[in-house]
Amino acid sequence: MQLGFLVDLHLCMGCKGCEIACKVENEVPLSTWRLRVKYVDVGTFPETRRTFTPLRCNHCENAPCVRICPVSALHYLENGIVNIDKERCIGCAGCVMACPYGAIYIDPQTQTADKCTYCAHRVASSMMPACVVACPVQANIFGDLEDPTSNISKYIQKSQGGVQVRKPEKGTNPHHFYVGGGNVTLNPLASERVDGHSLFNKITTLPVGGHH
Amino acid sequence: MAHEILAATNAVVTLDVALPGIVWPWLVTVNMWAKSIGTGIVFMLFMLLRMYPEQAGKLRFPATVAAFISINIFLLFTLADLHQPFRMWHIFVYSHWTSAIAIGSVMASAFLGLLTLLGYLAFKNDNEKFDKVLLWTAILAIPVTLYTASLMAQCTARELWQMPAESAQMIFAALLAGSAFMILLGGNKLNNEAKNTLGVVLGLSALMAFIIYMSEYIFGPMKAEEIAATIGYIKNNGPYAVMFWVGQWMTYILPMLLIVLSRVGKSEAILKLAAILALVGLAIVKHVWLMIPQLLPMS
Repeated sequence: MQLGFLVDLHLCMGCKGCEIACKVENEVPLSTWRLRVKYVDVGTFPETRRTFTPLRCNHCENAPCVRICPVSALHYLENGIVNIDKERCIGCAGCVMACPYGAIYIDPQTQTADKCTYCAHRVASSMMPACVVACPVQANIFGDLEDPTSNISKYIQKSQGGVQVRKPEKGTNPHHFYVGGGNVTLNPLASERVDGHSLFNKITTLPVGGHH
Repeated sequence: MAHEILAATNAVVTLDVALPGIVWPWLVTVNMWAKSIGTGIVFMLFMLLRMYPEQAGKLRFPATVAAFISINIFLLFTLADLHQPFRMWHIFVYSHWTSAIAIGSVMASAFLGLLTLLGYLAFKNDNEKFDKVLLWTAILAIPVTLYTASLMAQCTARELWQMPAESAQMIFAALLAGSAFMILLGGNKLNNEAKNTLGVVLGLSALMAFIIYMSEYIFGPMKAEEIAATIGYIKNNGPYAVMFWVGQWMTYILPMLLIVLSRVGKSEAILKLAAILALVGLAIVKHVWLMIPQLLPMS
């Protein structure tokens, strides 16, 4: 079994329900996120559109975070999930630096690395990840990539040619796919990030782990 | 390149969470700087003992003590940078051998052990054993100084840190720091010929390191959009532009010029000034190169 995720960006409407569900389910502290939805506006008024991209750990088959972790705190589960043992983590932040997707953070409460685990604890109890359950339009599709009859496999087969991953050139082989994505949604350097400005706040960076 | 993409997409992030700030702070700069000095001293002591055994013999104890202190500073700042420093022992109990951090920690610990032994042998004036142990210490100093380059190379998507270039930079930094430190430590113990040799090592390592930095500065942006965006932080009005050029002048350009002047004018004072500038400048250069890839948004 190799679990994977697919997000259909045609369906996502940026409600952030998944973001909130993840925060609640995993008790993610303030100022950190396992899953977030990024809004990018494209074009010049009045010819504009807004894109929504949920971003989480890609659970790479060839994960740089697993490779760089000096104590194997980051490790693979048999079902392909990249999991983290917070009791073993020494907080060197090597994984934060190695992840090409910016998916790992230092938990300010435990001072250890943390990230999306595809809700491994729920999966172990045969439940879907919290974000999948919360999505009102079923834009999040989760399942076994090795099972051709699973929803995610069928979706990938149906969307052939339109399935993308983030930064494929890094050779990480993500187990997280997007349908309906493009350069603007998947490449962080393709959109301008104006310092100190977003819709609801003026904070662009936060201290890692709450200190340093 | 990144700017061309922006013009092409005409896209702007309008809502997102705050991204993490600097992950590896100035503590890691001190770590790399002190390690360059510590390993560089060992390289230079090894070279001097073979080229000028009588004069360099007097440097066995002070050079070993200086290297010992430098490596302890390096390890102390490594520890201070951990968010869970009291779990440092996990590295030795749960070692994961694909990680440059795990391999580097073990090698650095062994290196410190050898330096302690060298200090003891130098204190006992057992020069024969000292020189034998120094050979193995100098050999181990090579991977110890290189492992940070491996660590940076394992940081996928921080494309500025390319493995071959970073390895060379680490070695040149050690040679530069070691020769600069030995010029200052040598004092009256070394004759002019030995000091000139150290000056040549300092000048050549500065030249080679400068060539690599300039090559990356000019040609790096042509290879990948991440490098183009990263180099943007030290070009034109980038936040680290001034610091980058101050570092390049202090560490490489001025010491090279001063070494030529010191040879022409046979001035030890100018050679010492070059050594001081190189040592201080190296910390600035290392800091800039450590910071700028961390400014890049990864998602």
